[in-house]
Amino acid sequence: MLRQLKQLKERITPTDIVMWLIGGSLFGLALWGSIATLRAGLYTGRHWIDFLIFGLAQGSIYALIATGYTMVYGVLKMINFAHGEVFMSGPFTAYFVAAAMYRTDFLDNHPILGLLAIFLVAMTVSTMIAFFVEKIAYRPLRGAPRLIPLITAIGASFFLQYLFRGLYGSGIQAYPDMPIFQGFWTLAGIRILRIQVVVIIAAVLLMAALYGFIMLTRVGKAIRAVSEDKEAAALMGISVDGMISTTFVIGGMAAGAAGVLYALMFKQVHFFMGFIPGLKAFTAAVLGGIGNIPGAMLGGIFLGLIESVGPSLFLDGLGIVAPYQLKDAIAFTMLVLVLIFRPMGIMGERLGAKKA
Amino acid sequence: MTLAQSLWHHGAKTGVIGGITVLVIALVGMVESFNKRFIVADVMTMGIALVIVVAVLIAYNAAKRAASSDYPVVFANSLLAALITSGFLAMLVIIGNRINLRSVLVNASPVLYMVLTGGFEGAAGIFVILIAGGLSGVFAGILYLMPQLARQVAIVSLGSVLIAGLLQDLIRPILSAWGPLAVVSEWLFTQNGLTITGTILILLIIAATFTIWSLKRENIKTGYGHFPDGAQRNIKICAFIALAIFLIVLPQILGLFLSEVLTIVGLYILLGLGLNIVVGYAGMLDLGYVAFFAIGAYTTAVLTSPELGFFSLTFWQALPFAVALGILSGIILGVPVLKMRGDYLAIATLGFGEIIRILVLSDFLKPWLGGAQGAGKIPNPVVAGYQIAGPQHIYYLILAGCLLVVFISLRLRDSRLGRAWMAMREDEDVAQAMGINLVATKLLAFATGAGFSALSGAIFVSKIGSVYPHSFNVMISINVICLIIVGGIGSIPGVIVGAAALVGLPELLREFAEYRLFVYGAVLVAMMLLRPEGLWPEARHKLELRKDENDVADAQTETAA
Repeated sequence: MLRQLKQLKERITPTDIVMWLIGGSLFGLALWGSIATLRAGLYTGRHWIDFLIFGLAQGSIYALIATGYTMVYGVLKMINFAHGEVFMSGPFTAYFVAAAMYRTDFLDNHPILGLLAIFLVAMTVSTMIAFFVEKIAYRPLRGAPRLIPLITAIGASFFLQYLFRGLYGSGIQAYPDMPIFQGFWTLAGIRILRIQVVVIIAAVLLMAALYGFIMLTRVGKAIRAVSEDKEAAALMGISVDGMISTTFVIGGMAAGAAGVLYALMFKQVHFFMGFIPGLKAFTAAVLGGIGNIPGAMLGGIFLGLIESVGPSLFLDGLGIVAPYQLKDAIAFTMLVLVLIFRPMGIMGERLGAKKA
Repeated sequence: MTLAQSLWHHGAKTGVIGGITVLVIALVGMVESFNKRFIVADVMTMGIALVIVVAVLIAYNAAKRAASSDYPVVFANSLLAALITSGFLAMLVIIGNRINLRSVLVNASPVLYMVLTGGFEGAAGIFVILIAGGLSGVFAGILYLMPQLARQVAIVSLGSVLIAGLLQDLIRPILSAWGPLAVVSEWLFTQNGLTITGTILILLIIAATFTIWSLKRENIKTGYGHFPDGAQRNIKICAFIALAIFLIVLPQILGLFLSEVLTIVGLYILLGLGLNIVVGYAGMLDLGYVAFFAIGAYTTAVLTSPELGFFSLTFWQALPFAVALGILSGIILGVPVLKMRGDYLAIATLGFGEIIRILVLSDFLKPWLGGAQGAGKIPNPVVAGYQIAGPQHIYYLILAGCLLVVFISLRLRDSRLGRAWMAMREDEDVAQAMGINLVATKLLAFATGAGFSALSGAIFVSKIGSVYPHSFNVMISINVICLIIVGGIGSIPGVIVGAAALVGLPELLREFAEYRLFVYGAVLVAMMLLRPEGLWPEARHKLELRKDENDVADAQTETAA
């Protein structure tokens, strides 16, 4: 018993203690804030349900983007920093299609066809961008020191942002309204915004399709093999470069679809829209355990919920003014906390402290 | 079959890449907005020069890829590439004149088409584009087939004309500040662009000097080697003194506007040197570096600004607090990210930077930090009863800061700690096995970098006299990372070169400012693909990168064998 204690004492370094102190005080603060908020009764049950559903909708968008990060990390062991721009490029391009259809009343008369066209354009553009980014910026750098592809990715990210700014202008474009998505649906006495329901359902369907593709098809199996061990996969006759490209293509498709959902929900697109969601989705991927697809999905939804419930729950009770301004700070604090205490993420197992 | 294929293959492929490149450059709006600045007055604008330079580069590349000893093959390839490149632009003009592209592509304006066609309309304009493309191709082909010396002379002298034209705002005030040289300036420059005589003069002078220099270079170098050691040292001391005098009188020569540019470059050099320790020496990619800049700036503001009204210290009293708080926050950030490497570290620090910016911007901290409106009335530093105000004086403060930081960086690099950092950069596990205390070493790197950053933050707010949260966005971190990488990771002169190129140039070329990040992004990618060691590389790092490449090449040849 005593020996065990002694061993434990040897294992704990001062940095661990400092880390636990930082983490513990943050948790304590959040707990205190939540209790204070709940006791003050600032929000009714209705509010909390609204927060939850909004969080679920936003989280499912994050989850879709996060799958792209996580799959690319799986095969290349690098963070595709430009993934946020892949997410932006699709809906930004599709905006012009949507606006044209809106002007000619096509969108009102054939909403489903119009929506299909928007998704098709957005997903095609995002996929192409993802494919070419990999081909031009990452492929020549296989085997380079780790810092180099990361810097390239940052460069690619800014290049794409300002490319689209130059092409389409720096203004914020308002996505046209779709009448079928306006208003509420009443479900068990709770009024829910239609668009949020649509976003959640669409995202869940897409994620199921993606997961099915990865788990059930031959190509998905090959991708999983490449992310386990590139060399062994190559020996088994799998085209590693081909699978990496495929991964980027799938990630791009998911990001493009997520982008349209985002645009439909927030009704605006601009060249910088990919940056913050990209960071959040990365956070989500880390939360779930990077390299793990269901983990990324769960992480995204969890992050969306924390972000929408968190400011009111944790911060309002502490007497902080305008807590909603701090929602991004909460998300990034979550990221830092996860990286400290559970770098392998919620569902992660493959990634130990060695790689984190 | 093979001959025919080699005739068109490389040219066509490169040409399509070139066509897409010029299309992007044109549609992003660079051509049109660069068109306001003349390189040679009334003859050649910067926008046109940009397109032509790209076309020539593409055609040259096609010629190089053809790599044939047959002159016609080389020529055909460069011509084809340039024609395809210009063909893309011609298509743009043809389509653009029929359909209004502007509702989608904001920069596809009739003005752009006029610029591209050189003012001609209809079919004549298309011919102008194609002829210009053809001429670029012919020129590139000739350039490729020239003997090496002649090619170098041509590139250097033409490049000098371009640079003289681009930097006219820098050169003209310097020349006209001094009586006798003002005449030269009138000779060379008009209000916008070089004169024709000036162009020819620069071409001839540079060509002549460069020819002589490249023929005699070896003689001069061996001549210098033959000097006795004492004389060599004297020459070095003289050069050093000349540099010192140059640095001291620089703001007087440059005048107010250029001194302002100089102070901005100086601040970025300070930031770059600090981050260079974290990224360059210790090999930890920190994307939240702006956080420490903000902490230094806000600490100074809170301590000195009467508008916030807590303290009213002087700049010098506040400075130690700002730097100390910067160092402290460097350690506080350092602890949680100690175990992270590479990508994770980058994202965690990026998140940290965003947290600081969001906090500073929030209404929650408004009573203390001023919220979105920031705070003003921050006093200028006072030295010996003399107030340092205006860029020409702040320059000396920044210069002093830079010299101090350069000195510390140099001494640190050669110290035991510096070697520990570099060992850690190369391989963390091996470094630890060699007895390096990773925790202390990493924290010291973070703390030193953060201290430098806080120092520049403090100087920054006292320079502009106010502080706004929007000055501290993630772009600052990215700019600093870019300048380090472009200059050469870990290299101190590289930081200076990088800052001058990436911060100084856009300030001089105002039209460029809008495309700054566009170009940075492209430059970062291109740099990593073509020259990962940077413009002025550090010896060890270059060795490492090149060695890796050789290893990869070896491995590839092995597998191929």
